[in-house]
Amino acid sequence: MRTINQMKLEFSSIPENEGFARVAVSAFAVQLNPTLDVPADIKTAVSEAVTNAIVHGYAEHAGIVTVSARLQGDGWLEITVSDQGKGIANIAQAMQPFFTTQPEKERSGMGFSVMQTFMDDVRVESSPGCGATVRMKKRLENNA
Amino acid sequence: MDYERRRDTVAAYVTGELDQCSAQGIRRELDQMIKDPSVKRLVLDLKGMRFMDSSGIGVILGRYRTLSQRGGSVAVKNMNAHVEKIFCLSGMNQIIQII
Repeated sequence: MRTINQMKLEFSSIPENEGFARVAVSAFAVQLNPTLDVPADIKTAVSEAVTNAIVHGYAEHAGIVTVSARLQGDGWLEITVSDQGKGIANIAQAMQPFFTTQPEKERSGMGFSVMQTFMDDVRVESSPGCGATVRMKKRLENNA
Repeated sequence: MDYERRRDTVAAYVTGELDQCSAQGIRRELDQMIKDPSVKRLVLDLKGMRFMDSSGIGVILGRYRTLSQRGGSVAVKNMNAHVEKIFCLSGMNQIIQII
C-alpha cells in the first residue's frame, strides 16, 4: 500500500522521553482526522512500547530508542518501536497478562495487553542480545 | 499532589500524567499520605489526570496492597473512559471501588 506520510524519531532511553514520543506519534496521526478516541489509544500504546524499551531493553545499559510511523493510503497507521537492548528470551511469555520480570518495582505486566487492547494488530520480534521491535497497526477511521 | 484527610480516609487529587516516568514520584507522595497506620481508606480522584498507562495499574495496586494488609481499601473516582478501559482490563475493578 502507498505510503502517504512517514516520520522517524530517535532518542535516548530515559523515562523523560516517554511523553515526548507518545505525543509526537499521536500528533502525527491527527492529520488523518481520526475519531476522538484514536489519539488517546495511540498515545497509550506508544507509551507502553517505549516504556518496555527503556525499562527492559535497556535495563542494563542506556541506548537509543527508535520510533517510526507510517500513514498508508488505505487509512492504516503503522508504528514501529525498536531498541538494540538485551532482547526478549520468551516473547509469548512476555506477552502474557501480568507477566513481569520486575515485580519489586510494581510493574504491572500489562504493557503488551494494553497495546493489544488499544491497537488493531501488535507483533513483536526479538531475540536475546539483539534488541526488540514492536510493530503496531491502527485503523484510522476518518472523521471528516 | 493535593490531598485531604478526614478521619481514617485520605482523598488524593492526582493530576497530570501517570506513566513510568512519573510513577515513582506519585508512589512516594501517596505512601507519605497513607503512612499513618490509622489511615484505612485511600480515595484517588483522577479528575485532573490527563494520561495514564499501565504504570498507573502498578501504582494503584501497590497502595491497595498496603491498605488491604491493614483491613483498609482503595477507591477511585472521576476516571475518564480511557483510564476506565485500562482499569477494567487489569481487573482492578474487581477489588477497587469505582465511585
